[in-house]
Amino acid sequence: MRHIISVLLENEAGALSRVAGLFSARGYNIETLTVAPTEDCSLSRLTIVTRGSNEIVEQITKQLNKLIDVVKVVDLSEAAHIERELMLIKVRASGKDREEIKRMADIFRGRIIDVTESNYVIELTGSGSKLDAFIQAIDVDLILETVRTGVSGIGRGDRILKV
Amino acid sequence: MMTGAEIVIRCLQEEKVEYVFGYPGGSVLHIYDELFKQDQVKHILVRHEQAAVHAADGLARSSHRVGVALVTSGPGATNAVTGIATAYMDSIPLVIITGQVPSFYIGQDAFQECDTVGITRPCVKHNFLVKDVRELAMTIKKAFYIASTGRPGPVVVDIPKDITAAKCKFEYPQSVSMRSYNPVVKGHLGQIKKAVQLLLGAKRPMIYTGGGVILANAAEQLTTLTRRLGFPITNTLMGLGAYPATDRQFLGMPGMHGTVEANMAMQHCDVLLAIGARFDDRVIGNTENFASLPRKIIHVDIDPSSISKRVRVDVPIVGSVADVLDEMQKLLDAEPGQPQIADWWKDIEGWRAKQCMKYTMKDVIMPQYVIEKLYEVTGGQAIVTSDVGQHQMWAAQYYKFDEPRRWLNSGGLGTMGVGLPYAMGAALANPDRQIACITGEGSIQMCIQELSTAKQFRLPIKIINLNNRYLGMVRQWQEMFYSSRYSGSYMDSLPDFVKLAEAYGHVGIRVERPEDVEGALRKAFVEHKDDLVFLDIYTDREANVFPMVAAGMGLSDMILAEDL
Repeated sequence: MRHIISVLLENEAGALSRVAGLFSARGYNIETLTVAPTEDCSLSRLTIVTRGSNEIVEQITKQLNKLIDVVKVVDLSEAAHIERELMLIKVRASGKDREEIKRMADIFRGRIIDVTESNYVIELTGSGSKLDAFIQAIDVDLILETVRTGVSGIGRGDRILKV
Repeated sequence: MMTGAEIVIRCLQEEKVEYVFGYPGGSVLHIYDELFKQDQVKHILVRHEQAAVHAADGLARSSHRVGVALVTSGPGATNAVTGIATAYMDSIPLVIITGQVPSFYIGQDAFQECDTVGITRPCVKHNFLVKDVRELAMTIKKAFYIASTGRPGPVVVDIPKDITAAKCKFEYPQSVSMRSYNPVVKGHLGQIKKAVQLLLGAKRPMIYTGGGVILANAAEQLTTLTRRLGFPITNTLMGLGAYPATDRQFLGMPGMHGTVEANMAMQHCDVLLAIGARFDDRVIGNTENFASLPRKIIHVDIDPSSISKRVRVDVPIVGSVADVLDEMQKLLDAEPGQPQIADWWKDIEGWRAKQCMKYTMKDVIMPQYVIEKLYEVTGGQAIVTSDVGQHQMWAAQYYKFDEPRRWLNSGGLGTMGVGLPYAMGAALANPDRQIACITGEGSIQMCIQELSTAKQFRLPIKIINLNNRYLGMVRQWQEMFYSSRYSGSYMDSLPDFVKLAEAYGHVGIRVERPEDVEGALRKAFVEHKDDLVFLDIYTDREANVFPMVAAGMGLSDMILAEDL
């Protein structure tokens, strides 16, 4: 089962490597990991997408809580939540492909944010599967470069992760 | 204004640290200079940094204090890693101060630089790199706080040399509060009530306790509760001494080399009360075959991640073992009844009647016999340390520990070489006790250099070297599972340990006949009471540790000595 775990972490040197080290040391899998400071710059917010049985995910949250730098942990996928990922994708855009790619970007509600004679950079946000679908939808030979941020997530409604 | 080095020493004084085990080097010279100028904190100079951490660990295990080690940067820190990992696996509270190259050199591959915080990260409870002298005192305060609260563990404080020279105003914080670290103490009362009801209704109850009871100083509460309930009890390798081993309710140690009665009672119980224990693979074997009858498990532990890690439990209770036991006792005091479990005891006595620990005397010295004689000669009152291997198991099986903090060994990491440094730490923390280090000719050579430290500080340790001229536990596995191909397990070219002990200025005695064992032990403990005595005891070469549950098997699949 796929789980999205959100972590509030002391924004200190080495704190991120404690989290990453925990996953590798205990053999847990990380699909994506995003991290940045919150509005309170002494805290970082991490979103980790992982896969595992309920037992494994229970251990992951317990082990994360045990890290001294970890302030709070929540499994977002336990209840209603929103997830988004940002992708920047550079594609070859010349000749007849130029129009086709523009149309495809529009269909996926992407924005072209850089244009040269031969290529576009498209910005696309959405769930990971939407970004996957976009990649599937265009000719693989046209893709020059992709950059994805990994998933960020937040609980719906009154579910708030805060100190 | 004080320098960082002065602050380090002042902090140790404030924490009432009596002994620091260490080894000097470039990055800690300022700190050593401040150590020199005072006499409240005594420095014990070891001969290898690994032993500094082990000795601090031995002091902590034998005294319920935080052990402190001080080592230099680079190799000083990397040598300390084995000691740190050993303490981490057994949840021992330590503060390890490591020197670091000056902060403006960090990352430049400076002389004796290593990423100490990075290297130790997976084997510490927490670590710090101090980047500002103004944070030094608070960091050390936090280190002691984190090491000694919750589930204890080692904490490393890495201090660059320039920080030890920089100056600031010193004020030792009286308290610490950390938003990200608030260990739970009180157990959930509803869960505790549920647990007590289960215990009172049990037909085949069993109590299984681990190192957590020792760490929580809760042996007395455990004993009272167990006697009140009249239940059988087992203590793991790390938990020995939490309940008197000479008491009838004690079934011996469980696990790979546990007794038949302890293992069978674990397997056949209907209610298992696990306290401060973690269902380790060496204790319960294969989880699929563990206690597969319908049963309920109550698990008390201060670390939530220990609960339902290997075995699903029915009543989890997160909290300090001492606090939870107090609450349980209160509830039991209000209940007049005692569970009727005479039939269960009949089953247990049936298993006990197998006498799984009996062994046959030969014309050579049996290692089990040495431990039994050691128990007699020391009146069961010694602090016993061990290394890792067959001798460790025999010590755990045959020396009956009636009190906590008398048995020190590396249970989790299984580190050979801990025995002598543990004995040093224990001897310093317990100057009035007899200290016996039970070891083997393989293990003792892993920290043999500490014979020199023991001489310098006049530590009257008695080393009981069960010398079978084999790496015995490895040889036993090779005999049983590798058709007796003794690959690498024969110790050729052994030193003459008697001469070696004498070379270090100690007393050495060789014992080769069973009838000489007791006399030699008496000579060591009585005549040479104040000396370090190295008893090199030639034991049966191919004696094996039984009972045995092979790795990956269930606890019911025990191999007994008589089966072979």
